Amino acid sequence: MSALSAQLPNDLAVMLPEIILAVSAMLLLIVGVFRTDRAMGVVSALAVLAMVVAGYVMLSAGSGSASAFGGSFVADNFTRFAKVLILLGTIATLAMAPDFFKAAKIDKFEFPVLMLLSTVGMMLMVSANSFIALYMGLELQSLSLYVLASFHRDSVRSTEAGLKYFVLGALASGMMLYGISFIYGFTGTTQFTGVAAAIHSGGVGIGLIVGIVFLIVGLAFKITAVPFHMWAPDVYEGAPTPIAAFFMMSPKVAAMVLFVRTMLIAFPGAVDEWRQIIVVISVLSMALGAFAAIGQKNIKRMMAYSSIGHMGYALLGLAAGTTAGMQGVLIYLMFYLITNAGVFVCILLMKRDGQQVEAISDLAGLSHKRPVLAFSLGVMMFSLAGIPPLAGFFAKWYVFLAAIQAHLYGLAIIGVLASVVGAYYYLHVVKVMYFDSPVPTIEGRLGARMNIVLAASVVFTLGFVAGAAPLVAAATTAAQALLP
Amino acid sequence: MSHWPLLSLITFLPLVGALFILITRGDGATVARNARMVALITTLITLVLSIVLWLNFDGSTSAFQFVEEHAWLGGGITYRMGVDGISMLFVVLTALLMPFCILASWESIQDRVPEYMIAFLVLETLMIGVFCALDLLLFYVFFEGGLIPMFIIIGVWGGKRRVYATFKFFLYTLLGSVLMLLAIMAMYFYSGTTNIVTLLHGSHFPPAMQIFLFLAFLASFAVKMPMWPVHTWLPDAHVEAPTAGSVILAGVLLKMGGYGFLRFSLPMFASATDFFAPLIFVLSVVAIIYTSLVALAQEDMKKLIAYSSVAHMGFVTMGIFTLTQQGLDGGIFQMLSHGIVSSALFLCVGVIYDRMHTREIAAYGGLVNRMPIYAACFMVFTMANVGLPGTSGFIGEFLTMLAAFQVNTWVAIFATTGIILSASYALYLYRRIVFGALTKPSLQAIKDLSPREIAILAPLVIITILMGVYPKPIFDVTSVSVANLLSEHRQALVIDQAPKIAAAAQHKETAR
Repeated sequence: MSALSAQLPNDLAVMLPEIILAVSAMLLLIVGVFRTDRAMGVVSALAVLAMVVAGYVMLSAGSGSASAFGGSFVADNFTRFAKVLILLGTIATLAMAPDFFKAAKIDKFEFPVLMLLSTVGMMLMVSANSFIALYMGLELQSLSLYVLASFHRDSVRSTEAGLKYFVLGALASGMMLYGISFIYGFTGTTQFTGVAAAIHSGGVGIGLIVGIVFLIVGLAFKITAVPFHMWAPDVYEGAPTPIAAFFMMSPKVAAMVLFVRTMLIAFPGAVDEWRQIIVVISVLSMALGAFAAIGQKNIKRMMAYSSIGHMGYALLGLAAGTTAGMQGVLIYLMFYLITNAGVFVCILLMKRDGQQVEAISDLAGLSHKRPVLAFSLGVMMFSLAGIPPLAGFFAKWYVFLAAIQAHLYGLAIIGVLASVVGAYYYLHVVKVMYFDSPVPTIEGRLGARMNIVLAASVVFTLGFVAGAAPLVAAATTAAQALLP
Repeated sequence: MSHWPLLSLITFLPLVGALFILITRGDGATVARNARMVALITTLITLVLSIVLWLNFDGSTSAFQFVEEHAWLGGGITYRMGVDGISMLFVVLTALLMPFCILASWESIQDRVPEYMIAFLVLETLMIGVFCALDLLLFYVFFEGGLIPMFIIIGVWGGKRRVYATFKFFLYTLLGSVLMLLAIMAMYFYSGTTNIVTLLHGSHFPPAMQIFLFLAFLASFAVKMPMWPVHTWLPDAHVEAPTAGSVILAGVLLKMGGYGFLRFSLPMFASATDFFAPLIFVLSVVAIIYTSLVALAQEDMKKLIAYSSVAHMGFVTMGIFTLTQQGLDGGIFQMLSHGIVSSALFLCVGVIYDRMHTREIAAYGGLVNRMPIYAACFMVFTMANVGLPGTSGFIGEFLTMLAAFQVNTWVAIFATTGIILSASYALYLYRRIVFGALTKPSLQAIKDLSPREIAILAPLVIITILMGVYPKPIFDVTSVSVANLLSEHRQALVIDQAPKIAAAAQHKETAR
């Protein structure tokens, strides 16, 4: 006991960024209660400030590795890379949300607070090094997200989305917990490193495989990999648009990173067993993401299927299971998150007569009246399709490279073929904006905050080809922290 | 001159022009006028620089010249540019055709002019980059990036079925190219670098691996070329593209396939090249005969020229895969000549399309009565397309057939019938449009070439004839590099066969 208390200051120091965010969330709750009028703007700004501070504290702590709470929580370059992405996703959402929430008359201060809490959960997920910590982080994140999905409580679609998300999310959490109990039962520990050691000495038994399968089912649900994707299009379509954007950004990054960490740190000895599953869900996700998106009329649904496909590509890196694969996953997630932020700014601007519109056909002829907006969205569509010289191509380059290096040739060939099919629906958006004759143009105006998000996203997409070296190097060091 | 990054300058200058157009403000007419002027000036400066490149080029060495190198992505992937005798002339060709494209669009494009010019300038950067890149990934970025502006050009300023055509073009080409991308990754994985110079000289892939790499590169280049049977996107794209778009498609984009074979397939996959050469011969001969017959039956002028392009590219692939000095020299010459001639033919079609707004051959007839200068220019290009001695078309076809005759008589015989067919469809087209009585009332008031159009066609006439009677400057550039390419190809073959020969010798030894 005394050893633990002696460790405590050190443990807390490792967790300082998370603690800052958790404390800020509680303080902001109080601020919000006392400032009843127009509280959301102030609380949002303070929440962004808290995240910037937490990010600064995290990055200024140096580049070493540290663990806390008996090895349940680790902080290294890998987690830092992922956490920066998560914070960026949350900040981007907070930047683009206020206008929408004001228009929908749901500008309540709970929104930024819930965002903060879910961000804490995601950061815990990323750093989790034991199954208990994993589950705690995951549930903190999920419970906040369930509430966020039904945030527009007077809208039937939003409440339906929240309920659907909750029921299916609880099912997935249950399965994962069931799997974890198997893993605990057959290895006698919940620590990732302990599980790895037990597998190393005792081999992979059938009970452990059952546990791994259930765990993968739960994680696949969180990253919306096929066949556990069914909830995603409905939830994304029903949830308020900024929140749908958030769902596609930070939580997916967190879940993907968690997935990667769990598989590679806890089960390196069972790689041949779990790789088969990853290969199958990767192929299915890429294929379904490509084919199912073609028929979509609603742009949010299209982006939902697109997101399913992109998770399939990111899984290629996990299937490779190498340092190059991890580097690929991180670069892919970076591209994915930043591009989605930009796309969703454009979707939020799709307003006509003061109403939000969501059909892809509403974009017809956008290039005539709003050339900058059409250009931005067009660039991001080409990037999502993976056409050079845009960022999406380089993201695909690194994951496919990892797959080739791991001799997963069949998987790589299926992947590139799916990307050609997928190119069709991204091009379709460009076609609607540039080739079709104009309909009454969409009139949403860019606020200053949204402008920054969109500009950052476009600059990243266009500039990656020239300035990628430091980002690639950062991803490499991060990957080496996980798999030396 | 050597310390100037000349290649980067040529490559990225058009991008600077595009940025200029982007920042010009004003009312519609001023912006359009400025955009045209900026685009023309930029492409002319690029042309001048590319001529400077030619003048400073040393034809007596096969090494890469004007090499530039900068750090890029890390991990052996660098920004590396350079040209040799095989690639240099394609840079000049691209830079040469661009001002004509801008001029040809001067009046026919009235809608969204700045965007149009930006698309063309970006396309120029990407096309020149393809021929200058000395890094596999950099090459792929330029190669594939060109799809985006071309997609927009066909889709926005194209004809009635433009959406179908542009999607077909994009997806067809992308499908071929992604397979090449995987091959590039495999090569990077195997050799640890994407440096083309190292891959040409230092690396050697096992013969079994070469087969797959060759097929993957073939998938991309065959579509781009295009070779029969994956040529079907080309007629659609040509018919729907605006005139300048057709010019670029026929003049430059089709050459990337042939250039790719020369740069990658032959030297890097030597034994696979030998293995697949008969297949390529068959495809080439089928392309020459089949598409010539198809061209004969066309009712649309642009479609006819598009099919004739496929046939002419058949000569190029046939020449390249003979693996002889004449064949490769002839193939390169044929590509350059076809770049000029087919571009000029599309420009000729554009001239009368701008007046009558139809590409139906049946809508014309007897144009010589009203448009004598036009008829004369069109005749020169028709003859060059047929391959009449004294025009540029003759040299390439003659050399490739000569080479084919040395390697395989049957291939040469079948290819020769293609020449006869090409004479039939080209002359038939010319007769239907230009000769005969001018009976159609709509053509009574048609005007001859304007000064702008003469300024476009006259230089091309001169170049066509000059290349036909004095091809030496071009062979001066190419021949040393081609000879070196062939000797390296043979050396690589020896390395590939060495284990087999050793095994055979050992077998004999043990038998004794």
